[in-house]
Amino acid sequence: MAAVPFERIDTDAAKLAPANAILTVDDIVKRFETPDGVLTAVDHVSLSVAPGEFVGVIGPSGCGKSTLFNIIGGLLDGYDGTVKVAGERVRGPHPAIGMIFQEESTFPWRNVLDNVAFPLEIAGLPRAERYDRARHFVKLVGLDGFERRYPAELSGGMRQRVSMARTLAAQPKILLMDEPFASLDEQTRLLLGDKVLHIQQQLKQTTLLITHNITEAVQLSDRIVVMTYRPGKVKRMVEIKLPRPRSSEIVSSEAFGRYVAQIWSDLREEASRGLDDEESRKLHEGEKR
Amino acid sequence: MTAAAALAKNRYVPAALGLGSFVAFIALVELLIRVGVINRFIVPMPSDIIAAFPRVIVEEHVVQRFLLTAGEALSASILVTIFGVGGGVLLYRYHLLRLATETWVAAVAAAPLVLMYPLYLVIFGRSALTIVMMGFTAGLAPIIPIMLKTLEGLLATRRVLINVGRSFNLTPSQQFWKILFPAALPTIFVGLRLGLIFALINIVGVEFLINFGGLGQLINELAERYDLAGTYAAICFVILVSICVFILMERLERWLRPVD
Repeated sequence: MAAVPFERIDTDAAKLAPANAILTVDDIVKRFETPDGVLTAVDHVSLSVAPGEFVGVIGPSGCGKSTLFNIIGGLLDGYDGTVKVAGERVRGPHPAIGMIFQEESTFPWRNVLDNVAFPLEIAGLPRAERYDRARHFVKLVGLDGFERRYPAELSGGMRQRVSMARTLAAQPKILLMDEPFASLDEQTRLLLGDKVLHIQQQLKQTTLLITHNITEAVQLSDRIVVMTYRPGKVKRMVEIKLPRPRSSEIVSSEAFGRYVAQIWSDLREEASRGLDDEESRKLHEGEKR
Repeated sequence: MTAAAALAKNRYVPAALGLGSFVAFIALVELLIRVGVINRFIVPMPSDIIAAFPRVIVEEHVVQRFLLTAGEALSASILVTIFGVGGGVLLYRYHLLRLATETWVAAVAAAPLVLMYPLYLVIFGRSALTIVMMGFTAGLAPIIPIMLKTLEGLLATRRVLINVGRSFNLTPSQQFWKILFPAALPTIFVGLRLGLIFALINIVGVEFLINFGGLGQLINELAERYDLAGTYAAICFVILVSICVFILMERLERWLRPVD
Protein backbone atom coordinates (compact mmCIF):
# COMPACT_ATOMS: atom_id res chain seq x y z
CA MET A 1 0.00 0.00 0.00
CA ALA A 2 1.23 3.48 -0.89
CA ALA A 3 2.55 5.64 1.92
CA VAL A 4 0.00 8.12 3.13
CA PRO A 5 0.76 11.52 4.58
CA PHE A 6 0.46 11.77 8.31
CA GLU A 7 0.36 14.90 10.29
CA ARG A 8 -0.86 15.50 13.79
CA ILE A 9 -3.41 18.24 13.76
CA ASP A 10 -3.83 19.58 17.21
CA THR A 11 -6.09 22.51 17.21
CA ASP A 12 -9.25 24.04 18.55
CA ALA A 13 -12.68 24.05 16.97
CA ALA A 14 -12.40 27.51 15.50
CA LYS A 15 -9.30 26.71 13.48
CA LEU A 16 -10.91 23.67 11.92
CA ALA A 17 -14.40 25.11 11.46
CA PRO A 18 -15.16 25.06 7.75
CA ALA A 19 -16.29 28.41 6.40
CA ASN A 20 -19.12 26.84 4.38
CA ALA A 21 -20.46 24.67 7.19
CA ILE A 22 -23.85 23.04 6.61
CA LEU A 23 -24.12 22.02 10.26
CA THR A 24 -23.02 24.32 13.06
CA VAL A 25 -23.13 23.37 16.71
CA ASP A 26 -22.35 26.41 18.80
CA ASP A 27 -21.52 26.49 22.48
CA ILE A 28 -23.92 23.74 23.57
CA VAL A 29 -24.36 23.23 27.28
CA LYS A 30 -26.75 20.60 28.62
CA ARG A 31 -27.35 19.95 32.29
CA PHE A 32 -29.51 17.26 33.91
CA GLU A 33 -31.06 17.27 37.35
CA THR A 34 -30.07 14.09 39.18
CA PRO A 35 -30.67 12.90 42.76
CA ASP A 36 -27.01 13.79 43.44
CA GLY A 37 -27.37 17.32 42.07
CA VAL A 38 -26.94 18.98 38.67
CA LEU A 39 -24.93 16.98 36.15
CA THR A 40 -23.36 18.80 33.22
CA ALA A 41 -23.45 16.29 30.36
CA VAL A 42 -22.28 18.57 27.55
CA ASP A 43 -20.14 21.58 28.35
CA HIS A 44 -19.66 24.38 25.80
CA VAL A 45 -19.30 22.08 22.80
CA SER A 46 -18.88 23.68 19.39
CA LEU A 47 -18.25 21.99 16.08
CA SER A 48 -19.19 22.37 12.45
CA VAL A 49 -19.43 20.11 9.45
CA ALA A 50 -18.89 21.07 5.80
CA PRO A 51 -21.06 19.67 2.99
CA GLY A 52 -19.91 16.18 2.05
CA GLU A 53 -17.65 15.94 5.09
CA PHE A 54 -17.54 12.91 7.41
CA VAL A 55 -16.93 13.95 11.00
CA GLY A 56 -16.52 11.49 13.85
CA VAL A 57 -17.19 12.39 17.47
CA ILE A 58 -15.37 10.08 19.84
CA GLY A 59 -15.25 9.89 23.59
CA PRO A 60 -15.53 7.44 26.49
CA SER A 61 -18.87 6.26 27.84
CA GLY A 62 -20.51 9.04 29.80
CA CYS A 63 -18.96 11.91 27.83
CA GLY A 64 -22.33 13.15 26.57
CA LYS A 65 -22.02 11.82 23.01
CA SER A 66 -25.57 10.50 22.88
CA THR A 67 -26.88 13.66 24.54
CA LEU A 68 -25.16 15.67 21.80
CA PHE A 69 -26.67 13.31 19.17
CA ASN A 70 -30.16 13.89 20.57
CA ILE A 71 -29.65 17.66 20.74
CA ILE A 72 -28.42 17.90 17.13
CA GLY A 73 -31.24 15.62 15.99
CA GLY A 74 -33.76 17.86 17.73
CA LEU A 75 -34.95 15.14 20.12
CA LEU A 76 -33.73 16.90 23.26
CA ASP A 77 -34.41 20.46 24.30
CA GLY A 78 -33.72 22.55 27.36
CA TYR A 79 -30.07 23.27 26.50
CA ASP A 80 -28.00 26.42 26.04
CA GLY A 81 -26.36 27.20 22.69
CA THR A 82 -27.54 26.74 19.13
CA VAL A 83 -27.65 24.11 16.41
CA LYS A 84 -27.99 25.40 12.87
CA VAL A 85 -28.51 23.64 9.57
CA ALA A 86 -27.46 25.81 6.63
CA GLY A 87 -27.85 28.84 8.87
CA GLU A 88 -31.36 27.87 10.04
CA ARG A 89 -31.74 27.23 13.74
CA VAL A 90 -32.85 23.72 14.70
CA ARG A 91 -35.64 23.74 17.27
CA GLY A 92 -36.85 20.17 16.93
CA PRO A 93 -36.51 17.28 14.48
CA HIS A 94 -35.36 18.85 11.22
CA PRO A 95 -36.14 17.38 7.77
CA ALA A 96 -32.53 18.00 6.69
CA ILE A 97 -31.20 15.72 9.43
CA GLY A 98 -31.56 11.94 9.21
CA MET A 99 -30.84 9.89 12.31
CA ILE A 100 -29.55 6.35 12.67
CA PHE A 101 -29.79 5.04 16.20
CA GLN A 102 -27.53 2.79 18.23
CA GLU A 103 -30.33 0.44 19.22
CA GLU A 104 -32.04 -1.82 16.72
CA SER A 105 -34.74 0.42 15.28
CA THR A 106 -36.39 -1.38 12.38
CA PHE A 107 -40.16 -1.82 12.62
CA PRO A 108 -40.66 -5.56 13.23
CA TRP A 109 -44.15 -5.51 11.67
CA ARG A 110 -42.90 -4.16 8.31
CA ASN A 111 -40.82 -6.02 5.78
CA VAL A 112 -37.53 -4.58 4.51
CA LEU A 113 -39.12 -2.70 1.62
CA ASP A 114 -41.90 -1.25 3.77
CA ASN A 115 -39.39 -0.24 6.44
CA VAL A 116 -37.28 1.62 3.90
CA ALA A 117 -40.36 3.15 2.26
CA PHE A 118 -41.59 4.44 5.64
CA PRO A 119 -40.41 8.08 5.36
CA LEU A 120 -41.67 8.22 1.77
CA GLU A 121 -45.07 6.96 2.93
CA ILE A 122 -45.12 9.71 5.56
CA ALA A 123 -44.18 12.23 2.89
CA GLY A 124 -47.24 11.08 0.93
CA LEU A 125 -45.47 9.71 -2.15
CA PRO A 126 -47.59 7.49 -4.42
CA ARG A 127 -47.16 3.78 -3.72
CA ALA A 128 -45.32 2.92 -6.96
CA GLU A 129 -42.91 5.82 -6.64
CA ARG A 130 -42.08 5.19 -3.01
CA TYR A 131 -41.39 1.51 -3.66
CA ASP A 132 -39.16 2.40 -6.61
CA ARG A 133 -37.17 4.76 -4.46
CA ALA A 134 -37.11 2.36 -1.55
CA ARG A 135 -35.75 -0.40 -3.83
CA HIS A 136 -32.93 1.91 -4.88
CA PHE A 137 -31.85 2.43 -1.26
CA VAL A 138 -32.29 -1.24 -0.38
CA LYS A 139 -29.87 -1.99 -3.21
CA LEU A 140 -27.52 0.77 -2.09
CA VAL A 141 -27.05 -0.91 1.29
CA GLY A 142 -26.64 -4.29 -0.41
CA LEU A 143 -29.90 -5.89 0.68
CA ASP A 144 -31.50 -6.48 -2.73
CA GLY A 145 -33.20 -9.85 -2.68
CA PHE A 146 -34.31 -9.33 0.94
CA GLU A 147 -37.11 -6.84 0.20
CA ARG A 148 -39.91 -9.14 1.42
CA ARG A 149 -38.08 -10.38 4.49
CA TYR A 150 -39.05 -9.21 7.96
CA PRO A 151 -36.47 -7.88 10.45
CA ALA A 152 -36.78 -11.04 12.57
CA GLU A 153 -35.42 -12.98 9.58
CA LEU A 154 -32.29 -10.80 9.27
CA SER A 155 -28.99 -10.58 11.15
CA GLY A 156 -28.13 -7.64 13.39
CA GLY A 157 -25.88 -6.12 10.72
CA MET A 158 -28.58 -6.45 8.06
CA ARG A 159 -31.14 -4.82 10.32
CA GLN A 160 -28.81 -1.85 10.88
CA ARG A 161 -28.45 -1.55 7.10
CA VAL A 162 -32.25 -1.49 6.81
CA SER A 163 -32.30 1.39 9.33
CA MET A 164 -29.62 3.12 7.31
CA ALA A 165 -31.52 2.68 4.03
CA ARG A 166 -34.71 3.94 5.68
CA THR A 167 -32.95 7.10 6.87
CA LEU A 168 -31.21 7.61 3.53
CA ALA A 169 -34.52 7.19 1.67
CA ALA A 170 -35.67 10.45 3.26
CA GLN A 171 -32.65 12.01 1.50
CA PRO A 172 -31.44 14.07 4.44
CA LYS A 173 -28.74 16.66 3.89
CA ILE A 174 -27.00 15.52 7.05
CA LEU A 175 -26.74 11.96 8.29
CA LEU A 176 -26.41 11.63 12.04
CA MET A 177 -25.29 8.22 13.30
CA ASP A 178 -25.09 7.18 16.96
CA GLU A 179 -22.80 4.16 17.23
CA PRO A 180 -24.83 2.30 14.64
CA PHE A 181 -22.58 -0.78 14.70
CA ALA A 182 -21.91 -0.88 18.44
CA SER A 183 -23.72 -4.17 18.93
CA LEU A 184 -21.90 -5.94 16.08
CA ASP A 185 -18.69 -7.97 16.12
CA GLU A 186 -15.45 -6.36 14.95
CA GLN A 187 -15.24 -8.03 11.53
CA THR A 188 -18.84 -7.19 10.65
CA ARG A 189 -18.24 -3.66 11.87
CA LEU A 190 -15.22 -3.25 9.55
CA LEU A 191 -17.13 -4.64 6.58
CA LEU A 192 -20.12 -2.42 7.26
CA GLY A 193 -17.66 0.44 7.52
CA ASP A 194 -16.77 -0.34 3.89
CA LYS A 195 -20.45 -0.14 3.04
CA VAL A 196 -20.75 3.25 4.75
CA LEU A 197 -17.65 4.52 2.89
CA HIS A 198 -19.13 3.33 -0.40
CA ILE A 199 -22.46 5.03 0.30
CA GLN A 200 -20.78 8.22 1.47
CA GLN A 201 -18.70 8.28 -1.69
CA GLN A 202 -21.73 7.69 -3.93
CA LEU A 203 -24.06 10.18 -2.28
CA LYS A 204 -21.45 12.70 -1.07
CA GLN A 205 -23.42 12.43 2.14
CA THR A 206 -22.55 14.83 4.95
CA THR A 207 -22.23 12.63 8.00
CA LEU A 208 -21.69 13.06 11.73
CA LEU A 209 -20.79 9.79 13.42
CA ILE A 210 -20.93 9.40 17.19
CA THR A 211 -18.79 6.49 18.34
CA HIS A 212 -16.55 5.18 21.07
CA ASN A 213 -14.68 2.94 18.64
CA ILE A 214 -11.34 4.44 17.55
CA THR A 215 -10.84 2.10 14.58
CA GLU A 216 -14.29 2.90 13.23
CA ALA A 217 -13.77 6.63 13.69
CA VAL A 218 -10.40 6.67 11.88
CA GLN A 219 -11.60 4.29 9.13
CA LEU A 220 -14.55 6.51 8.22
CA SER A 221 -13.85 10.10 9.21
CA ASP A 222 -12.28 13.14 7.58
CA ARG A 223 -12.12 14.77 10.96
CA ILE A 224 -12.44 13.45 14.50
CA VAL A 225 -13.65 15.41 17.50
CA VAL A 226 -12.23 13.90 20.69
CA MET A 227 -14.35 14.56 23.77
CA THR A 228 -13.47 14.54 27.45
CA TYR A 229 -15.16 12.42 30.08
CA ARG A 230 -17.91 14.15 32.08
CA PRO A 231 -18.55 16.99 31.57
CA GLY A 232 -18.27 16.39 27.82
CA LYS A 233 -16.06 19.03 26.24
CA VAL A 234 -14.14 19.08 22.97
CA LYS A 235 -10.65 18.01 23.94
CA ARG A 236 -9.08 17.98 20.50
CA MET A 237 -9.87 17.85 16.80
CA VAL A 238 -7.84 15.56 14.61
CA GLU A 239 -7.86 15.76 10.85
CA ILE A 240 -7.56 12.33 9.23
CA LYS A 241 -5.48 12.66 6.10
CA LEU A 242 -5.89 9.11 4.90
CA PRO A 243 -6.60 8.95 1.16
CA ARG A 244 -10.09 8.42 -0.25
CA PRO A 245 -11.67 6.28 -1.53
CA ARG A 246 -10.90 4.13 1.48
CA SER A 247 -11.69 0.58 2.41
CA SER A 248 -11.25 -1.53 5.52
CA GLU A 249 -7.80 -2.52 4.19
CA ILE A 250 -6.58 0.85 5.42
CA VAL A 251 -6.61 -0.45 8.99
CA SER A 252 -3.38 -2.34 8.31
CA SER A 253 -1.49 0.76 7.18
CA GLU A 254 1.16 2.40 9.33
CA ALA A 255 -0.51 5.80 9.14
CA PHE A 256 -3.80 4.31 10.33
CA GLY A 257 -2.01 2.82 13.31
CA ARG A 258 -0.46 6.16 14.18
CA TYR A 259 -3.82 7.91 14.07
CA VAL A 260 -5.30 5.23 16.31
CA ALA A 261 -2.36 5.57 18.73
CA GLN A 262 -2.67 9.34 18.78
CA ILE A 263 -6.39 9.29 19.50
CA TRP A 264 -5.98 6.59 22.10
CA SER A 265 -3.37 8.68 23.91
CA ASP A 266 -5.96 11.48 24.03
CA LEU A 267 -8.75 9.16 25.10
CA ARG A 268 -6.85 7.01 27.55
CA GLU A 269 -6.88 9.58 30.32
CA GLU A 270 -10.59 10.26 29.75
CA ALA A 271 -11.51 6.59 29.66
CA SER A 272 -9.52 6.03 32.90
CA ARG A 273 -11.41 8.85 34.59
CA GLY A 274 -14.66 7.30 33.41
CA LEU A 275 -13.68 3.90 34.76
CA ASP A 276 -12.56 5.32 38.13
CA ASP A 277 -15.78 7.30 38.37
CA GLU A 278 -17.91 4.25 37.65
CA GLU A 279 -16.03 2.12 40.17
CA SER A 280 -16.37 4.73 42.92
CA ARG A 281 -20.06 5.08 42.11
CA LYS A 282 -20.57 1.31 42.39
CA LEU A 283 -18.67 1.33 45.68
CA HIS A 284 -20.83 4.19 46.94
CA GLU A 285 -24.01 2.36 45.88
CA GLY A 286 -22.81 -0.78 47.66
CA GLU A 287 -22.13 1.16 50.86
CA LYS A 288 -25.58 2.75 50.70
CA ARG A 289 -27.20 -0.68 50.54
CA MET B 1 -33.12 -31.93 15.15
CA THR B 2 -34.87 -34.27 17.55
CA ALA B 3 -37.72 -36.49 16.37
CA ALA B 4 -40.22 -34.43 18.42
CA ALA B 5 -39.02 -31.18 16.85
CA ALA B 6 -39.26 -32.73 13.37
CA LEU B 7 -42.82 -33.86 14.06
CA ALA B 8 -43.74 -30.39 15.35
CA LYS B 9 -42.59 -28.89 12.04
CA ASN B 10 -44.90 -31.19 10.08
CA ARG B 11 -48.08 -29.38 9.06
CA TYR B 12 -50.52 -32.18 9.93
CA VAL B 13 -48.96 -33.89 12.94
CA PRO B 14 -49.86 -31.25 15.61
CA ALA B 15 -53.48 -31.06 14.33
CA ALA B 16 -53.78 -34.85 14.24
CA LEU B 17 -52.29 -35.09 17.73
CA GLY B 18 -54.75 -32.50 19.07
CA LEU B 19 -57.74 -34.20 17.46
CA GLY B 20 -56.54 -37.63 18.57
CA SER B 21 -56.13 -36.43 22.18
CA PHE B 22 -59.65 -34.95 22.10
CA VAL B 23 -61.19 -38.16 20.75
CA ALA B 24 -59.25 -40.19 23.34
CA PHE B 25 -60.55 -37.92 26.11
CA ILE B 26 -64.14 -38.29 24.90
CA ALA B 27 -63.72 -42.08 24.72
CA LEU B 28 -62.32 -42.09 28.25
CA VAL B 29 -65.28 -40.08 29.58
CA GLU B 30 -67.68 -42.46 27.80
CA LEU B 31 -65.93 -45.41 29.38
CA LEU B 32 -65.91 -43.88 32.88
CA ILE B 33 -69.64 -43.16 32.63
CA ARG B 34 -70.42 -46.63 31.33
CA VAL B 35 -68.51 -48.29 34.19
CA GLY B 36 -70.21 -45.97 36.69
CA VAL B 37 -67.20 -43.90 37.85
CA ILE B 38 -68.97 -40.72 36.62
CA ASN B 39 -72.66 -40.34 37.39
CA ARG B 40 -74.63 -40.36 34.09
CA PHE B 41 -77.28 -38.09 35.68
CA ILE B 42 -74.65 -35.36 36.05
CA VAL B 43 -72.59 -35.87 32.90
CA PRO B 44 -74.38 -37.48 29.96
CA MET B 45 -72.55 -40.00 27.79
CA PRO B 46 -70.73 -38.35 24.84
CA SER B 47 -72.51 -40.81 22.53
CA ASP B 48 -75.87 -39.50 23.84
CA ILE B 49 -74.72 -35.90 23.28
CA ILE B 50 -73.75 -36.74 19.69
CA ALA B 51 -77.12 -38.44 19.21
CA ALA B 52 -78.87 -35.31 20.53
CA PHE B 53 -77.32 -33.05 17.87
CA PRO B 54 -79.85 -33.73 15.06
CA ARG B 55 -82.74 -33.16 17.47
CA VAL B 56 -81.26 -29.91 18.82
CA ILE B 57 -80.49 -28.66 15.31
CA VAL B 58 -83.92 -29.47 13.81
CA GLU B 59 -86.38 -29.14 16.70
CA GLU B 60 -84.73 -26.34 18.67
CA HIS B 61 -83.79 -24.14 15.69
CA VAL B 62 -80.21 -24.06 16.87
CA VAL B 63 -78.88 -22.39 13.72
CA GLN B 64 -81.03 -19.29 14.28
CA ARG B 65 -80.09 -19.27 17.97
CA PHE B 66 -76.44 -19.75 17.10
CA LEU B 67 -76.58 -16.80 14.71
CA LEU B 68 -78.36 -14.68 17.33
CA THR B 69 -75.78 -15.41 20.02
CA ALA B 70 -72.92 -15.02 17.52
CA GLY B 71 -74.37 -11.66 16.41
CA GLU B 72 -74.70 -10.52 20.03
CA ALA B 73 -71.15 -11.70 20.72
CA LEU B 74 -69.86 -9.81 17.67
CA SER B 75 -71.71 -6.61 18.65
CA ALA B 76 -70.46 -6.83 22.23
CA SER B 77 -66.93 -7.58 20.92
CA ILE B 78 -66.95 -4.44 18.80
CA LEU B 79 -68.16 -2.32 21.73
CA VAL B 80 -65.69 -3.94 24.12
CA THR B 81 -62.83 -3.38 21.66
CA ILE B 82 -63.71 0.26 21.04
CA PHE B 83 -64.12 1.12 24.71
CA GLY B 84 -61.33 -1.12 26.00
CA VAL B 85 -58.69 0.01 23.49
CA GLY B 86 -59.95 3.59 23.69
CA GLY B 87 -59.73 3.52 27.49
CA GLY B 88 -56.21 2.11 27.33
CA VAL B 89 -55.15 4.85 24.92
CA LEU B 90 -56.63 7.50 27.22
CA LEU B 91 -54.76 6.09 30.21
CA TYR B 92 -51.56 6.13 28.13
CA ARG B 93 -52.14 9.62 26.82
CA TYR B 94 -53.10 11.28 30.11
CA HIS B 95 -50.59 10.51 32.80
CA LEU B 96 -52.68 12.11 35.54
CA LEU B 97 -55.70 9.98 34.60
CA ARG B 98 -53.51 6.87 34.75
CA LEU B 99 -52.11 7.77 38.16
CA ALA B 100 -55.58 8.62 39.43
CA THR B 101 -57.34 5.46 38.25
CA GLU B 102 -54.86 2.65 37.60
CA THR B 103 -54.89 1.30 41.15
CA TRP B 104 -58.64 0.73 41.38
CA VAL B 105 -59.47 0.14 37.71
CA ALA B 106 -58.51 -3.53 37.97
CA ALA B 107 -60.45 -3.92 41.21
CA VAL B 108 -63.63 -2.70 39.48
CA ALA B 109 -63.43 -5.71 37.16
CA ALA B 110 -64.33 -7.93 40.10
CA ALA B 111 -67.61 -6.08 40.78
CA PRO B 112 -70.51 -8.46 39.99
CA LEU B 113 -72.40 -6.01 37.80
CA VAL B 114 -74.01 -8.98 36.05
CA LEU B 115 -76.43 -9.03 38.98
CA MET B 116 -77.74 -5.67 37.80
CA TYR B 117 -79.50 -7.38 34.88
CA PRO B 118 -82.99 -6.45 36.18
CA LEU B 119 -81.99 -2.77 35.81
CA TYR B 120 -80.85 -3.42 32.23
CA LEU B 121 -84.17 -5.15 31.57
CA VAL B 122 -85.95 -2.00 32.72
CA ILE B 123 -83.72 0.26 30.61
CA PHE B 124 -83.43 -1.78 27.40
CA GLY B 125 -86.42 -4.13 27.69
CA ARG B 126 -86.39 -7.92 27.29
CA SER B 127 -84.43 -7.72 24.06
CA ALA B 128 -81.13 -8.55 22.39
CA LEU B 129 -79.93 -5.04 23.29
CA THR B 130 -80.06 -5.89 27.00
CA ILE B 131 -77.95 -8.96 26.31
CA VAL B 132 -75.41 -7.03 24.22
CA MET B 133 -75.16 -4.28 26.85
CA MET B 134 -74.76 -6.84 29.63
CA GLY B 135 -72.10 -8.62 27.59
CA PHE B 136 -70.39 -5.29 27.20
CA THR B 137 -70.54 -3.93 30.74
CA ALA B 138 -71.28 -6.76 33.11
CA GLY B 139 -68.65 -6.60 35.77
CA LEU B 140 -66.61 -4.44 33.39
CA ALA B 141 -64.80 -7.73 33.13
CA PRO B 142 -64.45 -7.66 29.34
CA ILE B 143 -63.22 -4.07 29.14
CA ILE B 144 -60.67 -3.92 31.94
CA PRO B 145 -58.22 -6.53 30.61
CA ILE B 146 -58.34 -4.89 27.18
CA MET B 147 -57.75 -1.47 28.72
CA LEU B 148 -54.88 -2.64 30.89
CA LYS B 149 -53.27 -4.69 28.12
CA THR B 150 -53.57 -1.78 25.69
CA LEU B 151 -51.89 0.46 28.25
CA GLU B 152 -49.19 -2.14 28.86
CA GLY B 153 -48.53 -2.55 25.12
CA LEU B 154 -48.31 1.18 24.50
CA LEU B 155 -46.03 1.74 27.50
CA ALA B 156 -43.78 -1.11 26.38
CA THR B 157 -43.17 0.40 22.93
CA ARG B 158 -39.41 0.73 22.64
CA ARG B 159 -38.19 4.30 23.08
CA VAL B 160 -36.02 4.04 19.99
CA LEU B 161 -39.05 3.34 17.75
CA ILE B 162 -40.78 6.44 19.12
CA ASN B 163 -37.58 8.41 18.47
CA VAL B 164 -37.49 7.13 14.88
CA GLY B 165 -40.98 8.54 14.44
CA ARG B 166 -39.98 11.82 16.02
CA SER B 167 -36.87 12.03 13.81
CA PHE B 168 -39.16 11.73 10.76
CA ASN B 169 -41.34 14.53 12.15
CA LEU B 170 -44.46 12.40 12.51
CA THR B 171 -47.64 14.09 13.67
CA PRO B 172 -49.10 12.72 16.96
CA SER B 173 -51.73 10.88 14.93
CA GLN B 174 -49.10 9.32 12.62
CA GLN B 175 -46.97 8.49 15.67
CA PHE B 176 -49.91 6.56 17.13
CA TRP B 177 -51.16 4.75 14.02
CA LYS B 178 -47.79 4.06 12.38
CA ILE B 179 -45.68 3.21 15.44
CA LEU B 180 -47.39 2.95 18.83
CA PHE B 181 -50.44 0.97 17.73
CA PRO B 182 -48.65 -1.67 15.61
CA ALA B 183 -45.96 -2.01 18.27
CA ALA B 184 -48.59 -2.60 20.95
CA LEU B 185 -50.83 -4.88 18.84
CA PRO B 186 -49.61 -8.27 20.14
CA THR B 187 -50.24 -7.18 23.74
CA ILE B 188 -53.58 -5.57 22.85
CA PHE B 189 -54.72 -8.84 21.29
CA VAL B 190 -53.85 -10.74 24.48
CA GLY B 191 -56.27 -8.38 26.27
CA LEU B 192 -58.86 -8.74 23.50
CA ARG B 193 -58.84 -12.52 23.77
CA LEU B 194 -59.37 -12.32 27.53
CA GLY B 195 -62.03 -9.62 27.19
CA LEU B 196 -64.00 -11.44 24.52
CA ILE B 197 -64.08 -14.62 26.62
CA PHE B 198 -65.67 -12.61 29.45
CA ALA B 199 -68.08 -10.94 27.01
CA LEU B 200 -69.25 -14.30 25.66
CA ILE B 201 -69.68 -15.74 29.15
CA ASN B 202 -71.77 -12.70 30.10
CA ILE B 203 -73.92 -12.93 26.98
CA VAL B 204 -74.76 -16.59 27.38
CA GLY B 205 -75.20 -16.09 31.13
CA VAL B 206 -77.68 -13.26 30.68
CA GLU B 207 -79.57 -15.18 27.95
CA PHE B 208 -79.81 -18.00 30.47
CA LEU B 209 -80.91 -15.72 33.33
CA ILE B 210 -83.59 -13.76 31.48
CA ASN B 211 -84.62 -16.76 29.39
CA PHE B 212 -84.44 -14.80 26.19
CA GLY B 213 -82.48 -14.93 22.94
CA GLY B 214 -80.10 -17.53 21.59
CA LEU B 215 -78.08 -20.40 22.95
CA GLY B 216 -78.26 -19.32 26.61
CA GLN B 217 -82.05 -19.50 26.53
CA LEU B 218 -81.89 -22.86 24.80
CA ILE B 219 -79.54 -24.20 27.48
CA ASN B 220 -81.98 -22.91 30.13
CA GLU B 221 -84.99 -24.57 28.47
CA LEU B 222 -83.25 -27.90 27.88
CA ALA B 223 -81.94 -27.92 31.46
CA GLU B 224 -85.42 -27.27 32.81
CA ARG B 225 -86.71 -30.18 30.73
CA TYR B 226 -83.87 -32.18 32.25
CA ASP B 227 -82.63 -32.98 28.75
CA LEU B 228 -79.02 -33.37 29.77
CA ALA B 229 -77.73 -34.62 26.43
CA GLY B 230 -79.50 -31.75 24.63
CA THR B 231 -78.11 -29.22 27.17
CA TYR B 232 -74.55 -30.39 26.54
CA ALA B 233 -75.13 -30.38 22.77
CA ALA B 234 -76.27 -26.74 23.04
CA ILE B 235 -73.15 -25.93 25.11
CA CYS B 236 -71.10 -27.32 22.19
CA PHE B 237 -72.63 -24.62 20.00
CA VAL B 238 -71.55 -21.95 22.55
CA ILE B 239 -68.04 -23.34 22.20
CA LEU B 240 -68.46 -23.07 18.43
CA VAL B 241 -69.31 -19.36 18.80
CA SER B 242 -66.15 -18.94 20.86
CA ILE B 243 -64.11 -20.74 18.19
CA CYS B 244 -65.57 -18.50 15.46
CA VAL B 245 -64.76 -15.35 17.46
CA PHE B 246 -61.20 -16.56 18.02
CA ILE B 247 -60.66 -17.43 14.36
CA LEU B 248 -61.88 -13.94 13.43
CA MET B 249 -59.50 -12.44 15.99
CA GLU B 250 -56.55 -14.38 14.62
CA ARG B 251 -57.35 -13.32 11.06
CA LEU B 252 -57.67 -9.71 12.17
CA GLU B 253 -54.38 -9.80 14.04
CA ARG B 254 -52.58 -11.43 11.10
CA TRP B 255 -54.01 -8.79 8.77
CA LEU B 256 -53.02 -5.89 11.04
CA ARG B 257 -49.59 -7.29 11.84
CA PRO B 258 -48.45 -9.91 9.33
CA VAL B 259 -45.41 -10.96 11.36
CA ASP B 260 -44.29 -10.88 14.99
